[in-house]
Amino acid sequence: MPIQVEIISPEKVLVSREVDMVVMPGAEGDIAAMPDHAPMMLLLRGGVVSLYENDTVTDRFFVGGGFADMTATRCTILADKAEPVSAISIDNATAQLEALTEAWDKADKSDMSRLDVLQDKILAVRAEIEAGSSHSA
Amino acid sequence: MASLKELRARIGSIKSTRKITSAMKMVAAAKLRRAQASAEAARPYAAAMRRMLAELAGAAKGEEGGPRLLAGTGRDQIHLLIPITSDRGLCGGFNANVHRLTQQTIRRLQSEGKTVKLLPVGRRAQNYFSREYSDLIIDKVSGVSGKDVPFSAASDLGNKINALLESGEIDVCTLVYNKFRNAMTQVPACQQLVPLVMDDAATAATAPEAAGDVAQYEFEPDEATLLAMLLPKNLQVQIYASLLETAAGENGARMTAMDNATRNAGRSIDSLSKVYNRTRQTNITNELIEIISGAQAV
Repeated sequence: MPIQVEIISPEKVLVSREVDMVVMPGAEGDIAAMPDHAPMMLLLRGGVVSLYENDTVTDRFFVGGGFADMTATRCTILADKAEPVSAISIDNATAQLEALTEAWDKADKSDMSRLDVLQDKILAVRAEIEAGSSHSA
Repeated sequence: MASLKELRARIGSIKSTRKITSAMKMVAAAKLRRAQASAEAARPYAAAMRRMLAELAGAAKGEEGGPRLLAGTGRDQIHLLIPITSDRGLCGGFNANVHRLTQQTIRRLQSEGKTVKLLPVGRRAQNYFSREYSDLIIDKVSGVSGKDVPFSAASDLGNKINALLESGEIDVCTLVYNKFRNAMTQVPACQQLVPLVMDDAATAATAPEAAGDVAQYEFEPDEATLLAMLLPKNLQVQIYASLLETAAGENGARMTAMDNATRNAGRSIDSLSKVYNRTRQTNITNELIEIISGAQAV
């Protein structure tokens, strides 16, 4: 029994089709959505969402954080930013990482909430670079 | 009566105006199609967001002291109005409608003794409100309407509102913008962002589904954390949707306005040509009479 997966970014719907399993990067660890999973909502960190059909990965998407809404029959991923892994531009991501690292160095170290936000962003960009380089390698 | 030369010049100038307005109409039509497509593409995200939020808000309802974005500050004293207009004019009453509605709202709130603050988006609103209510403006944003609207514009705006709310500088936040009905009609409307109003349509849409789902949702991490992350995002999405509607509406309104202008130009060319021809004929008749009467005198 397949599960309906939707990956939606604010600008558009990237994927909407049926697959066997979806593995996504939850904020507290990777998690797989399969048919008849208990309904669940979770926070995502930056990472790669893999779509499985017949035990093989058919598609991989990078998401830069977001939310997921799972029920027994469907899995909706609301991503802040999403793109196919093959479309990642490592140069862009590296530039972003440099800008963020600079912001981190300049940031007020006592402002914890700001640091948290920056850290999440840096981790997401790092994951993006990693995903992009593993694809091209 | 104007001379033939003057008439010719006027007809010529109206003809070139007509060329410009009809070109603007074409451009607006092409932009409208793109703006509408991107507005449509953004809709699933907003819908999914609303569904999740309704679910979460229901689950977190029992808790004390919900986040400010959902519950507000508990006061109703300082209102922030965000009129959203285009950066350019020449689109009929599109911007004036937003201005008028905003002004009415400001007057109403002020007569109730509330404090009003303004955050105009789009150059037209900035110019308009900096004339009359310059002391109310706390910030301004422009350059977001027109062509493709980036999501980052909406998220910056959302973050600004959130910061104002957290620091207690505002209690209620309302958007004033043109709702896009179709290319011909845009309806100015107010939409309250903070505290959040769950629209009935969304709640009704989730209700049957929620009833069907016997199992309770699990949340990871807990409801409060998730809600705290989801609410600012929802704010941004709502702003994004209204920016997109404004972009589409602006082009729709411009298309209609330019269509009218083109038609008016054609009409005035027709009537001027009639005057021109009649004048020409009168001149010829006069000359003939002069020649004939001259010949008779000889």
